[in-house]
This record gives sequence, C-alpha cells and structure tokens, in this order.
Amino acid sequence: MQVLVNRLSGLPSESTEGVTVIKLPEPTLRLPREKPIPKAKPQTKWEAYAQLKGIQKKKKGRMLWDNESKQYKPRWGYGRKDETKSWLLEVPENADPNEDQFAKKIAEKKERVAKNELKRLRNIARVTKAKVPGVGLTPTDKPSKDHLGKTLAVTHKSTASLGKFMDTLPKEKLRLGKKRKFESNYTDDRERQKKILKGIADGTPVLDVNRAANIAKHREERERSMAKKSGDGEKKKAGAKGKKGGKKSFSGKPSGKPKKTFAGKTKKSFSGKKGGGGGGAKKGRK
Amino acid sequence: MAQRIVKPKTQRGKRAVERKDPKIKENHKTCMLMKGGNTSQIVTNALKELHMLKKPHAVLFKKKNITRPFEDQSSLEFFSNKADAALFGFGSHSKKRPNNLIFGRLFDGHLLDMAEFGIEKFKSMMDIEGPKCAAGMKPALIFSGEAFDQDSDHKRIKNLFIDFFRGPVVDNVRLAGLEHVISLTAADGKIYLRNYKVQMKREAGSLGPPRVELENMGPSLDLVMRRTKLASDDLFKTSCKQPREAKIKMRKNISRDAFGTRLGRVHMTPQDLTKLPDRRMKRIKNITKDTEKDATEKDATTPAKKAKESVEED
Repeated sequence: MQVLVNRLSGLPSESTEGVTVIKLPEPTLRLPREKPIPKAKPQTKWEAYAQLKGIQKKKKGRMLWDNESKQYKPRWGYGRKDETKSWLLEVPENADPNEDQFAKKIAEKKERVAKNELKRLRNIARVTKAKVPGVGLTPTDKPSKDHLGKTLAVTHKSTASLGKFMDTLPKEKLRLGKKRKFESNYTDDRERQKKILKGIADGTPVLDVNRAANIAKHREERERSMAKKSGDGEKKKAGAKGKKGGKKSFSGKPSGKPKKTFAGKTKKSFSGKKGGGGGGAKKGRK
Repeated sequence: MAQRIVKPKTQRGKRAVERKDPKIKENHKTCMLMKGGNTSQIVTNALKELHMLKKPHAVLFKKKNITRPFEDQSSLEFFSNKADAALFGFGSHSKKRPNNLIFGRLFDGHLLDMAEFGIEKFKSMMDIEGPKCAAGMKPALIFSGEAFDQDSDHKRIKNLFIDFFRGPVVDNVRLAGLEHVISLTAADGKIYLRNYKVQMKREAGSLGPPRVELENMGPSLDLVMRRTKLASDDLFKTSCKQPREAKIKMRKNISRDAFGTRLGRVHMTPQDLTKLPDRRMKRIKNITKDTEKDATEKDATTPAKKAKESVEED
C-alpha cells in the first residue's frame, strides 16, 4: 500500500476547488463489459430509400405561428393548435353538409397513427427477417375495379371453411390462386438433365434481365446524386427541386443518354418548382 | 437503441427500459447478493457485510431463492435482468458444502464466470473494533501470492475479484479518499480476503508521499476454492471487446508546450495571389508599372473581368 501511495503521489495532479486530485493513468487490465456493444439502429425502409435518392432530412421548427391567438404554439404536444378542439370548423365546398367534420378529423388522425404503427412493425419485421402477412386490402375512398375484384375474392375465402360452401354470383369470375405445376414422374428425364448439363458445360452466364436493368438504374441514379452533391450550390438546389422531373425521365426513356437528361432536368426544375415543393411536403408527412 | 415490438406506454417506462439498454460507456456494474435455500449464520453475515462494502452498487435480496447456480443458471439470469445486475454473490449452506459462497458475473444476461468458495473462517466487521471506512469508497486492491499470476484459474478469479470489488470507475482520485484496502492473498490452497482501513500520516513539514498505516477493519474471510465455471476464452474475449467510439483517438498536429498552451499546426490550400486587392495601394501599382509595363497588369485583371462577364450572363 505504501508503494501504491508513493507511486500515486508521483503522478501528475490537478487542483480543483482547493482539492488536489491525482490523475489516474489509463487502465492496463481489460475487464469484461456488462452488455455487448450497442448496434447501430437499422435503417427503416424510408431511410434507406432517402439515402439512395439523396434526400436530406429537413429539420422542422418546434414552434408554429398561430394567426388566431397571435402567438407561437408548439407543432405537437401540450398546448398545440388542435383543430378538433376548436368550436368551429369550416366545411369544405364540395363536402357533405351533414358530415361531422370533427369526427372526420379525429378518424383521419387515428388512421395516420395506425398506419405509422404498422410501418414501424413492418420495419422491425424486415430487419429481423420475420415473415409477416401482407397488409391485405386497405379500405380506399374510390376503389378501382381491380381492387373490388380482389376484395370479393378475399371475402369469398374469409369463412371458417375457407369459402368451400360459398355460392358464386351469376357473372362472378373467381380468382383462384396459382396452381403448382410438377414435372411428370413418368417422362424420360434424360432430356431435361442433358439440358442442365449443357448449360453448365457452356459456362454461359444466366442473365436476369430485370435484375441487370435494376442494377444499371441504381448505378445511374447514384452517379447522378453524386454529381448533384459535387455540383455548386445553384445546381444543387435545382437538382433537389426537380426531383419529379428526374424521375419521369427515368421511367419513360430507356437508359442511353444520361447526359441529356441531366441538362433537361435543370431546365425543368425552373418550370416545375411547384411539383418539387409538393414532393417535399410528402416527405415531411412520412 | 434496440428494436422493441411493444413500445413502452409512458415516458417513465421508456426511460426505465432505455436504462437497461447496452451503452457505449457503461454504468457501474451492480451486484446482487442472495441467499440460497439454506444458509448458515456465517454465510448470511458474510453476504450482509459484502453488501456493506459495495453499498451504493449492490442489492441484498431479502428472501431465500432455492436455486443451485452450478446446476441451473436460469433463475440467476432472470434476477440479473430484473435488477440490471451483472455481478452476483450467492450464499448457501449444506452438509456437502458447508458455508458456501459463490462469486460470479454475467455478460449480456448470461453467466460468464463463477467460482465457489467455502468459508473456513469468518470474522465480522462488528467483532473488530476500530474505525471503519466510509461507504461507497473506491478501494485499493492488493493481490499477493504466486497463484494469481501463474495458475490460469486463479488468473481468471483475480480478474473476477477485480471486477467485483473495484468500485466506481474514475479518472481522478484524491489521496485522502483512499481509505479502504482489500487484500487478497493466495497461499497454501486458500484465498485470504482481508479489509483494511488506511490512515495517512504526514509528518510536519514533509512534502513527499505520506506514511501509510493499515488497520484491520473486517470482514476477514478465509476461502477454500470448490467448484468453478469459467467462461471459454472465446466468450471471454468477446465480452472484453471495446466499442470503437470508446477508444481515445490520437489527435494529429496538436501539442502543448511547457506552459500548457495548446499549439496546432494548420494546413492551408495555396493562396491565390493574383486576386489580391491592390487597387488602393498606389505605391505597388506604380512599381509594377515601372518595371513590367502593361503586359503583366492585363494578365492580373483578366480573371476579374471574366467573372464580371459571367455574372452579367446569368
């Protein structure tokens, strides 16, 4: 102990608030941790997409100006401007006058919360690679014909006996699932094996056109986002706003003249400023 | 932050859950001290006094827990999760293993190391008269005996004891704050655990290190090693892994001189001297006119002119 004290008093010391403390050296012995090293939070689907597209997160201010009370109010939380709590709500021009606008607003909010929760769970499932059932058919205001058909097929099967005893409507086309097809057990499979062996012997790579196209598309997109980043401030702004235009040029034209599309995009950005703004709002909501 | 399917419902609940999450810089390990199905007075007292020594970072369980850590660790792991404790002391007493005391630690909610000792001799803190050290002191640990450096089991047990007794992790210490010494001696197959209170005596007028006097404070335990269950080297290595963020980065180009002033070396991009505003410095202008005539002057102005033109275009 005397040795320890002697060594300690030889170490550099500091005095703070009239007390002299000795600075201990770095520990040489490594002790086990209590818990493993924390892992980085996995990306959500949106985050991954935003990164791919080079979409930056915009910080929203906490306080919003409320013109009625003439003061700043928080965007969310206690003391926010809650429309459902006000005594009056405007009925939109083409809305049903008997519709309860308050109930509608509350229902919409509930829907948004539920949707967000669903997305959260699906993100977790995606990361953990757990199998989850599909979203199914969500109710829409204006269902398309296809949507209706799907709903019908689903409801048809949604009985205890999986729709075995359901009567069909007179002109109803039943959507049946895909039937699995098996190779026959009785045919000579020499031909089949030959085909496989030939493919292996040739060494010709199998080209998945869809995949190749996707890879090419991705690369092009990344290049463009890199170019956007490296470009000067003005170009950058134009690029970010002309997001929609850029997207259009993608799906419409086959890849071949990327340089031209770039030039076109900057032009479009001036005309399509509004569209770009809309895109921004969309992003905020997600 | 870990991904949770069920979200905590209140902010307080959320905080409580987050407190248990793995962190880059970890908090001090808590120790849970518990009794088995049967305990003798000696074991109970030993646990109580270990609790006293470790106090702010220890929980003493009041109830009996009928488990045998060497046979089934599940209940131990459960309690560890519940109390967020990574260290444990378990006391029991049976005919086969009288006055049994287990020291152990967990990693990631699972057992890492544990060692079982029989208490051969126990002297309580209460039986030894004299001053005691304050609670929550960071102790100085002294290991003596060849076994701690040679025998592989003993080496690991030394590591375990350091982890168990080391107290809060600090950067600075005050000499006067070193009040408590735990000495562990391995000799003739036993481990002697002794606790001392430190008294620093500084002779009048001396500037050197103070003279240290130790006084037995208790508790004193003579331990005989029984069973051990030590982690494989692989697991031990993974448990010792440090996060990259915790390592101190070497900072380049920054130094301190003898007075403690911070000095830095800064690298700059080459400066463009052609754009130096020289309009107002008539003297320089005159010199250049005299020596090099118009040719050089034109060159210097051209970039500025070009810039002007480009602005107009926009």
